[in-house]
Amino acid sequence: MTATLSRREWLLSEQPASRRQARLGQTYRTWLALRANPLAMIGLAIVVVLIVVALLANVIAPYDPIVGGDLRTERLLPPSLTHLMGTDEQARDIFSRIVHGSRITLMVVALVAVIATPIGLLVGTTAGYFGGWVDTVLMRVTDIFLAFPRLILALAFVAALGPGIENAIIAIAITSWPPYARLARAETLTIRDTDYINAIRLQGARPVRIIWGHVVPLCLSSVIIRVTLDMAGIILTAAGLGFLGLGAQPPQPEWGAMIAGGRRFIIDQWWVVTMPGLAIFVVSLGFNFLGDGLRDVLDPKARK
Amino acid sequence: MATAIKTGGRSRALPFAWKAAKLLASVALTFLGLLFVTFLIGRVVPVDPVLSVVGDRASQSVYDRVYIELGLDKPLIQQFWIYLQKVFTGDFGDSFLTKRPIMDDILRVFPATLELATFGVILGTILGVPLGVLAAVKQGRLADQVVRVVGLIGYSAPIFWLGLLGLLIFYAKLGWVAGPGRIDISFEYDITPATGLLLLDSAMQGKWAAFRNIFSHIILPASLLGYFSMAYISRMTRSFMLNELAQEYVIAARVKGVPEWRIIWVHALRNAAVPLVTVIALSYAGLLEGSVLTETVFAWPGLGQYLTNSLQNADMNAVLGGTLVIGVVFVGLNLLSDLLYTLLDPRVRRRG
Repeated sequence: MTATLSRREWLLSEQPASRRQARLGQTYRTWLALRANPLAMIGLAIVVVLIVVALLANVIAPYDPIVGGDLRTERLLPPSLTHLMGTDEQARDIFSRIVHGSRITLMVVALVAVIATPIGLLVGTTAGYFGGWVDTVLMRVTDIFLAFPRLILALAFVAALGPGIENAIIAIAITSWPPYARLARAETLTIRDTDYINAIRLQGARPVRIIWGHVVPLCLSSVIIRVTLDMAGIILTAAGLGFLGLGAQPPQPEWGAMIAGGRRFIIDQWWVVTMPGLAIFVVSLGFNFLGDGLRDVLDPKARK
Repeated sequence: MATAIKTGGRSRALPFAWKAAKLLASVALTFLGLLFVTFLIGRVVPVDPVLSVVGDRASQSVYDRVYIELGLDKPLIQQFWIYLQKVFTGDFGDSFLTKRPIMDDILRVFPATLELATFGVILGTILGVPLGVLAAVKQGRLADQVVRVVGLIGYSAPIFWLGLLGLLIFYAKLGWVAGPGRIDISFEYDITPATGLLLLDSAMQGKWAAFRNIFSHIILPASLLGYFSMAYISRMTRSFMLNELAQEYVIAARVKGVPEWRIIWVHALRNAAVPLVTVIALSYAGLLEGSVLTETVFAWPGLGQYLTNSLQNADMNAVLGGTLVIGVVFVGLNLLSDLLYTLLDPRVRRRG
C-alpha cells in the first residue's frame, strides 16, 4: 500500500513517518492554501518576474543603461517599438534602465532584510528572555526609534552619513528593526517559560546558547512574515530617498532617482516620469499582495 | 515582585492618575531619547561645525575660539547637557541657509503642514470609515475585494509619483486645479495672517476669491494624502467592525428585530469607534511623514519642504531641528491617542 502512495498523498499524510515528511507536508499545505488566493499568486508572479529580470538584466535589456544614444536625434523619444518605454534626456533607453534598476531594488530589499532581521531578533529575544531591567532598557531604546516616522529618521541618518545607495540601505535598516524586535520579544515571552526551555536550562545551557539555539529559531517564522510584509515599505522608502537625491546617485538607474530626473519634462514627455513610477508601483504591489496572502495563510488570528 | 504588588494596589486606588503619571514618565524618557539620537546624529556629521560658522578662511585663533564657544572641547555628556538646555529654551541654533533662528523658521512653516495634513486626514476619515464598514458587512464578496485592492494600491504607490501624475493630469492637461504652491501671488498679500491656516484665515476675513484660490491649490495634495490615510483607516475599520459584528450583543439586537442598518451604524460602529480614534490619530501622524515627499512635489511651503531644502544644502542644525519637531509631534499624537482610548472606553479605564 505504502509503495503506491502518490507524492501528494505522502505529503498530506496524517501520520508523517519522519520529521522531514511532516515539515514538507506543512509547507505543501501552506502552498495549497496560498494557491487558492488569486491575489497572492499574482504577487508571487510579480516577485518571481522581478528576480528573473534582475538576474538576466544583461540579456533582457536591449541597450546600455548608463551610456545613451545619439544626443541630437535620440533624446526624449516617445515609447515606440525600438524604445519600448521611450528615452530620457540623455538619450538612454528607459526600458533598459528600468530592467537594470531591478537589481538595485532587489539589492536594497535583500540587504535591508539581512541587516535588520538579525538586529531585531537579537534585541527582541534578549529583552524577552532576560526580562527585568534588560527588557526595560532595550524596549525603551526600541520605542525611541519607533517614535520617529521612518522616512524622517532615514533622512536624518543619510544627511549625517552622506548620500549614496550604501548609506541609504544602512539608514533604512537602522529604521526597520524596531518592529521586529517588538515581535520577537512578544514571541519570546510565550516561549521563555515552557518546559522544553526549562529542560535545556536544567542541563546547564548558557543563555546565549538557549537564545540562539532554541528561542531564535522559534521566533524566526513570524519575524520573516513580518519582514515580507515590510518589503513594499522598504522599496517605497528607498525610492523616496532616491527621489530626494539622497539614495542612489546618478547615473545609477535607480527608479526613484529616475523619477526625480524626469520631473522637469513631465508636461511634454510624460513617459520619463511615468515608467519608473509604474515599475515601483507594480513591484511593491506584488510584495503587498504576496505578504497579505502569506499572512492570511500563516497567521490565522489575522484572518477575518 | 514587591513593587508589582504595590503598583497593583495603587492602580486600584487611583487608576487614571497613576496611569497618566506612568505614561508621562515614559514619554519624558522617550523625549530624552529622541534628543540623544538627534544629538548623536549631529555629532557624527562629516561636516566640521566650526568651519560652517567661521568659513574656511578664518585664522587658527578664530577657529580655536569658536571651537571653545561651541563647547566642542568638553566631554560628550557635557555637550549633551548644553544641547538639552538649549533645546528646552527653544534654541536650535541658527539656520545656515536663512540666517534666522531655526525655531522661528519652523514656527513659520508648520501651519502649512498642519493645514495640509488636517485636510488630508479629514478626507481619509470621511471616505475610509464607510468603506471599511462596507467591506466588513460584505465580507468575502466583491465589495470587500474591491476595498481591499483599493487599499493595497494605496499601500503600494509611491506618493511622489502619484503627486506628479496628479499635477500632470488635473493641472496641466485638464486645468481643474491650481498648480504647485499654496496660493497665487496675486492673492498672497490679501490675507492678514492670523492662525497661519490660510483656508481658515481667508474664510474668517470673508475673502472668498482668495479662499477659492487656496482651496484649488490644496485640494490635490490633500486628496493624495487623504487617499493614503483612507487605505489605512478603511482596513482597520474593516477589522474592528468584523470583530464587533461577531459579538453577542449584535445577535441579541437581531433577535429583538432591530433593523440591520441600525445594528451596523449605531450599535457596532459605536463600539468600533474607540479603537478607530487611535487609528485616526496614528494616520494623522503618518501623514507628517507623507508630507515630506508631497510637499517637495507640490512646492508646498511646509515643514517637509523646509526639511528637504535644508538637507540638500547640508544645513544640519535645521535638519535636526525639523526632525526633532516631527518626532515630538509624532510622540505627542501617540500619547494623545493612548489617553483618548482610556477616556473613551470605560472598560480600559477600569482595567487600569
